[in-house]
Amino acid sequence: MTALVIAEHDNETLSDATAKTVAAASEMGGDVHVLVAGSGAGAVAEAAAKIGGVAKVLHADGEAYAKQLAEPMAALIVSLADGYDALLAPAGTDGKNYMPRVAALLDVMQISAITGVESADTFVRPIYAGNAVSTVQSSDAKKVITVQPTAFDAPAGEGSASVEQVGDGVDAPSVSEFVGEELTESERPDLSSAKIVISGGRALQSGENFETLIYPIADKIGAAVGASRAAVDAGYVPNDYQVGQTGKVVAPELYIAVGISGAIQHLAGMKDSKVIVAINKDEEAPIFSVADYGLVADLYDALPKLKDAL
Amino acid sequence: MKILVPVKRVVDYNVKVRVKPDQSGVDLANVKMSMNPFDEIAVEEAVKLKEAGTAEEVVVVSIGPEKAQDQIRQGLAMGADRGILITSDEDVESLGVAKILKAICEEEKPDIVLLGKQAIDDDRNQTGQMLAALMGWSQGTFASKLVKEGDKLHVTREVDGGLQTVALSLPAVVTTDLRLNEPRYASLPNIMKAKKKPLDKKAVGDMGVDVSPRLKTLKVTEPPKREAGIKVESVEELVDKLKNEAGVL
Repeated sequence: MTALVIAEHDNETLSDATAKTVAAASEMGGDVHVLVAGSGAGAVAEAAAKIGGVAKVLHADGEAYAKQLAEPMAALIVSLADGYDALLAPAGTDGKNYMPRVAALLDVMQISAITGVESADTFVRPIYAGNAVSTVQSSDAKKVITVQPTAFDAPAGEGSASVEQVGDGVDAPSVSEFVGEELTESERPDLSSAKIVISGGRALQSGENFETLIYPIADKIGAAVGASRAAVDAGYVPNDYQVGQTGKVVAPELYIAVGISGAIQHLAGMKDSKVIVAINKDEEAPIFSVADYGLVADLYDALPKLKDAL
Repeated sequence: MKILVPVKRVVDYNVKVRVKPDQSGVDLANVKMSMNPFDEIAVEEAVKLKEAGTAEEVVVVSIGPEKAQDQIRQGLAMGADRGILITSDEDVESLGVAKILKAICEEEKPDIVLLGKQAIDDDRNQTGQMLAALMGWSQGTFASKLVKEGDKLHVTREVDGGLQTVALSLPAVVTTDLRLNEPRYASLPNIMKAKKKPLDKKAVGDMGVDVSPRLKTLKVTEPPKREAGIKVESVEELVDKLKNEAGVL
């Protein structure tokens, strides 16, 4: 069998999630190819060729793929699907956008956000915000899968795959167009792949408090900043900071939850972190039930002390 | 303009579900059921577009058990005009749901299909995208803002790096994210009025659509339990533990 992994990238950098998705594809057995569809993303294709275990990289270069819009991406992937038994993409907002479109065009039921591979047709995935784990077997001839990258380790070793140009003559549907974007500018590490994450909740009370209390600690220890849904809804931080069932799923070495009570929807996004620290003044807060180290304290008192102690 | 809003009956978001001892699924007996929260946001947005004069009619559709009428009635009480219930005693997978919705779209000819980005029970995040594919329509997923500009629909999407805006030709499928709006509570008079609004019922078997499942659930288990750790007394003790015990700093 041969699997095709769709690379996640911004035309310049290949995401860590792509290599982890290659690892999931390798567990299904057989060869793994990677598709890099972008505009001027040659360097990304070169980077994909170096992922351990990748036999071939397909590179489609075109303006239509610059912003990973679902309509042209799905048309391209479907045009390449014939030679593959499985199509996989990281379960980021790009993969979640175009993969179900690919699945429906191929008359396949997608298996979403898998966290385990049992065999070439059987997969493990969380349901109900991670309160249950289901093992499902697909009877579709071709598998269409999105992968929860935090559940897999990137393959070891360095590959040296060949890069082949593809995608000529694929018509991109013209029903949608890119208008603009507002990307969050940050010097801090990417939330999804950071080794340390410090997250704030409603108790932070304002965006200014994030700036004066959370960000300095993040910068001191090289952490990414996350947030609970409540803090995002209140406008303290941008939407892409949200950790949880329907936001980002993270699994860093160290997760520090500050002023977050620990609703099941939030726990779904961070409970696979290696070490969890909770700082909360309510000692009954559910976050303490998953924390390795709990500190019952007022964050306005504890955070300045934490900054000095680090 | 006509808006179709598919809604799903799911376990209420406050319920912590339990896995059945025989690992066949989760126990749904006597559990509170609600409209999927993302679909509630979709109903709200559709009703707002109607109130703003952008849309003329809002139709709520649900595919599920007889009792899914409760969720349709809730949509009607929030301000939708009429409902369609496709009854099915078996769970229908997303692909099957998308095929049923396609049949409904061919009959109803909506300009926009507005639905939640994911159901909070199976967490699959795919029905809207699948419907867009089957119809050959554009899609705007994870929407935090919708604006009609001329003959296009501008959708601002919540993406991993921030926000992205796309212009969609109509008809289009839009899936909602959390920041799109805050759904209203239906008032008692509106709940009473909703009982008189039209609700068509059909059985899934009468739709002429193949909804046979492609996935077989082999087992459903409890997630690995995470043991609660220790409480530390001070910031100094915390930093010491992180450095010398956990080794993560």
